Amino acid sequence: MPEPANPTGPAPAMTPTPPTRAAGGVGTPPLGTGGVGSSPARPDAEAKVNGAFDYASDLSFPGMLWGHTLRSPHPRARIRSIDTTAAQAIPGVEAVLTAADVPGKLHYGLIEDDQPVLSLGEVNYQGEPVAIVAAGSLDVARRAAELIEVDYELLEPRCDPEDALEAGSFFRYQPVRLGDPDAQVPAAVVAREYVVGMQDQAPLGPESGAAVPTADGGVELYVATQWVHSDLEQIAPCLGLEPDRIHIAIAGIGGAFGAREDLSVQVHMAMLALATGRPVKMMYDRAESFVGHVHRHPARMRYEHAADADGKLLYVKARIVLDGGAYASTTEAVVGNAASLAVGPYEVEHVSVDAWGARTNNPPCGAMRGFGGVQTCFAYESQMDALAEALGLSPVEFRRRNAVAQGSKLITGQIVDAYDPERADDGRPFSPLADMLGRFKEIPVPAVPAGRDIVDLPGGTGNTTHGEGVRRGVGYGVGLKNVCYSEGFDDYSTASVRVERVDGQTVAFVHTAAAEVGQGHWSLQAQIARTELGVDRVELLPNDTKAGSAGSSSASRQSYMTGGAVKAACEAVRELLRDRDLADGPVEATRVFRHRETKPMDPVTGQGESHVQLALCVHRATVDVDIELGLVKVVDLTCVQDVGKIMNPAALEGQIHGGTAQGLGLAVMEEMITEQGRVRNASFTDYLIPTILDMPPMRLRIVENADPEAPYGLRGAGEPPTLSSTPAIVAAIRDATGLALTQIPVRPEHLTAHLGRQP
Amino acid sequence: MTAPAAAPPFHRPGDLGEALRLLAAHPEAVPVAGGTDLMVAVNYRLTRPAAMLDLTRIGELRAWSDAGDAIRIGSGVPYTRIVAELATVLPGLAAAARTVGSPQIRNRGTLGGNLATASPAGDGHPPLLATGADIEIASTRGTRTVPVAAFFTGPKRSVLQPGELITSVIVPKAAGPQQFLKVGTRNAMVIAVCSLAVALDLETRRLGTGIGSAGPTPLTAPEADLIELPWTRPGLFNDALAEEFGRRVAAAARPIDDVRGTAAYRRHALAVCAARALRRVWTAAHGTESTR
Ligand SMILES: Cc1cc2nc3c(=O)[nH]c(=O)nc-3n(C[C@H](O)[C@H](O)[C@H](O)COP(=O)(O)OP(=O)(O)OC[C@H]3O[C@@H](n4cnc5c(N)ncnc54)[C@H](O)[C@@H]3O)c2cc1C
Repeated sequence: MPEPANPTGPAPAMTPTPPTRAAGGVGTPPLGTGGVGSSPARPDAEAKVNGAFDYASDLSFPGMLWGHTLRSPHPRARIRSIDTTAAQAIPGVEAVLTAADVPGKLHYGLIEDDQPVLSLGEVNYQGEPVAIVAAGSLDVARRAAELIEVDYELLEPRCDPEDALEAGSFFRYQPVRLGDPDAQVPAAVVAREYVVGMQDQAPLGPESGAAVPTADGGVELYVATQWVHSDLEQIAPCLGLEPDRIHIAIAGIGGAFGAREDLSVQVHMAMLALATGRPVKMMYDRAESFVGHVHRHPARMRYEHAADADGKLLYVKARIVLDGGAYASTTEAVVGNAASLAVGPYEVEHVSVDAWGARTNNPPCGAMRGFGGVQTCFAYESQMDALAEALGLSPVEFRRRNAVAQGSKLITGQIVDAYDPERADDGRPFSPLADMLGRFKEIPVPAVPAGRDIVDLPGGTGNTTHGEGVRRGVGYGVGLKNVCYSEGFDDYSTASVRVERVDGQTVAFVHTAAAEVGQGHWSLQAQIARTELGVDRVELLPNDTKAGSAGSSSASRQSYMTGGAVKAACEAVRELLRDRDLADGPVEATRVFRHRETKPMDPVTGQGESHVQLALCVHRATVDVDIELGLVKVVDLTCVQDVGKIMNPAALEGQIHGGTAQGLGLAVMEEMITEQGRVRNASFTDYLIPTILDMPPMRLRIVENADPEAPYGLRGAGEPPTLSSTPAIVAAIRDATGLALTQIPVRPEHLTAHLGRQP
Repeated sequence: MTAPAAAPPFHRPGDLGEALRLLAAHPEAVPVAGGTDLMVAVNYRLTRPAAMLDLTRIGELRAWSDAGDAIRIGSGVPYTRIVAELATVLPGLAAAARTVGSPQIRNRGTLGGNLATASPAGDGHPPLLATGADIEIASTRGTRTVPVAAFFTGPKRSVLQPGELITSVIVPKAAGPQQFLKVGTRNAMVIAVCSLAVALDLETRRLGTGIGSAGPTPLTAPEADLIELPWTRPGLFNDALAEEFGRRVAAAARPIDDVRGTAAYRRHALAVCAARALRRVWTAAHGTESTR
């Protein structure tokens, strides 16, 4: 690792992947380039392509032990006893710990501290950690774990969220009330029930990290996480240590998508390191990863949409039940999003929404890209299509008539703002959504090519069709996502920027705790420093708890928040440089950046300006469906997204492609299947994610309606495409098949059941 | 990953004789060819081999040869080579090989490993059943040949005995059009929800069928194979015939409900695939579109 000339602190004995790892540091784009709006080579790009990048799973320390977790095989049971004698007796085993060995607080959690560090006599989901082992090798640690004898008294798991609600077992109930839906006289009504399966983030890098005990009785952690400071806040009390005795640095992250917001290995490996006095590494395998992190909430939603004769939405009623699983995680916030965004970016004056997050014995659910916006988006967009059809309007025209505009109110009373107030459409307030919908006219639906290879057809290499049974369909989807944390949460970010002369060059050092989860945030920080300071060379310091909190790399917020903090720190340095000379020494500034305040939702009416920023994305999907076999090939995805300001074209396209692909996965294949609380497909053999043959090339139209509140006018861009691609694809499949399709993922048998061909 | 306390012995024979002797002397040694099934099982700790026997250095297992009216494929020939080198003589098998995993898996994975694993979902099996291939098995006790239809004895079980290696698969050269269709919920790299191979033999005027992933073992469909085809007046082939063939194939299947699909869907999909496969081979054989 090329050490920065003057690091802010002593380098740890073994640093995790530092952002400056790639030769030449952050890269030295041609002089005078590489600022905001350009796509300089990412500092991690080369190493990630050639395999040299150090992921958290590559961590290694001299004398290191391996940790392993024993998990409950049962979704619900009482633990009568745990006998670790046989496990302790295996040569090479250095520690076997249970709840009795937790040094401090027994529970942790992102919002509510309800998750036991190790099970306290009762397990509430399959995969709940019961005991941990440290041994000289992972193999020995695993074998020892198998020898821990746990006497379980099996209890009946509660797996149906409706049963949970009836029993009063839920994490949050959030209604939204507006106007008087029951007093309306509609021209058309559609009421349907929608089901969304449990999606997994499926990051390719498994949960991994290492803990190294320090001489002062503290511990250093290197871990793939989305928010080190939140980790620290949760870890310290459990370890019974003052936070200043714990240092956490982010180790190379192989994808996150929300799966790394909750703790996984952190407290366990630290306990084992403190108990043995040696470095301890933990790394889940794929099967453990599937039960070792939270998932996207499965949902059941009943929606009723009504419109008047002019094709204007009259009312919407919705009953949304999300299954939060066994522990709270972020369910509370996910329910808030589901409720506040329940209708999407449409104007409607009469609303009744009831949203719940049930507590069951299913796998815990929490953060995943889209965060409560995804489930309802599938439902409300399906409803918009159904209502358009009932009214005899095209899906685009019906959406256009109801699209929010500058000054419109969301169902929470939040005013849609931050668009150019001067701009008007035909004398009406500017509607970015109507504008975006209009842009599809310029991009025709692709024609069916002559002479297709089987890989271009549904079923792909499976050779199931040469054209037999294939029908084409087209569908649209619109998504509205909140950017940054909502409901009064102050998710500030901190950045330090130091400028100094090194070897005759001016170098900017940027230090934040923000997680590079693959989105390109390291590049972004360097770009901002170049633009604001006019420097060419930027060095990024390791992302760790020595910096102030940057908040989480989630909620599409890091460009906005840590981008904003880096910008502010650069501006402060620039100010200082007015009357200072770099020849006299470095100039440094630290700044904390905050977004505008938000309000909690009213517990009875749901009213309140709960969101910071809103971001829109529209997809049009073209699919070919083999209607006899129920196989789907998405042949085109065209996307129009409003990002406020294109900060880095290449990274932005990557975010839109990736978000869209995750939405495609939910539409047609990705589902964690559970049966009475047990996960049936915890492997990549049976939890399918899209391959290159499933994800078509995309056509993108990026819109830049600047948000005056946000740095550079940018809008968070990572999540919105995940919302809208799913309903667009399902709408296209409906168009091809004529089926109602109210459940995702759409499985082949959903498309063929009506054929009644089974002998 | 860390190595276990003591790495298990890893035998690397250079020829078949040495391999068989090693296997006889170390019955605990698990053969490994491409490792694409075995190492997944090791990673998931479903098996913990006490010793391994690497087959990849044995030249005779990694070659194929022309045996007159059949092709003798060494058990260690990877799928990539089956696709590249045998697509003309063994179109059904090559089509199946093309659907296995990803390019990386096809570069390493072998027919021998596929057969020894004996998964009902193995993609190599249906075309071997449809063409009536033979499996050649050797041990220090000698060599025996087993018809593929007699090879599978249950889910992930076969007639293979300890000390035995699959040396080659003898596949009759195509004597007419062949088809392989694999249904999966993803457009590539997917374990079959169900699969189907059909081979039309223009010389013997016989039809052969193999069904995958729809029963405890890969299956044949004898009733379907006996369907009466209009050999003397090919133009009389029609949809009703194709659909009847589909019904018979579906009836031969013994599918279950699992995470990959329902039994009902599997039967339905097999019927559709079979009708399509028969139409395709008939049309290919007789040049014209059949009456639809
Ligand atoms: C990502 C992935 C995707 C896959 N996709 C598919 C797919 O689409 N379709 C499919 O059918 N399979 C698939 N597989 C499974 C696997 O690739 C195939 O079954 C392959 O044919 C196994 O061959 P191998 O040479 O790798 O076997 P190995 O893993 O080396 O061996 C498998 C078993 O066979 C035994 N064995 C190997 N060779 C011999 C021999 N000559 N004599 C006796 N015993 C022997 C071994 O001892 C072991 O028990 C996939 C696997 C992976 C990891």
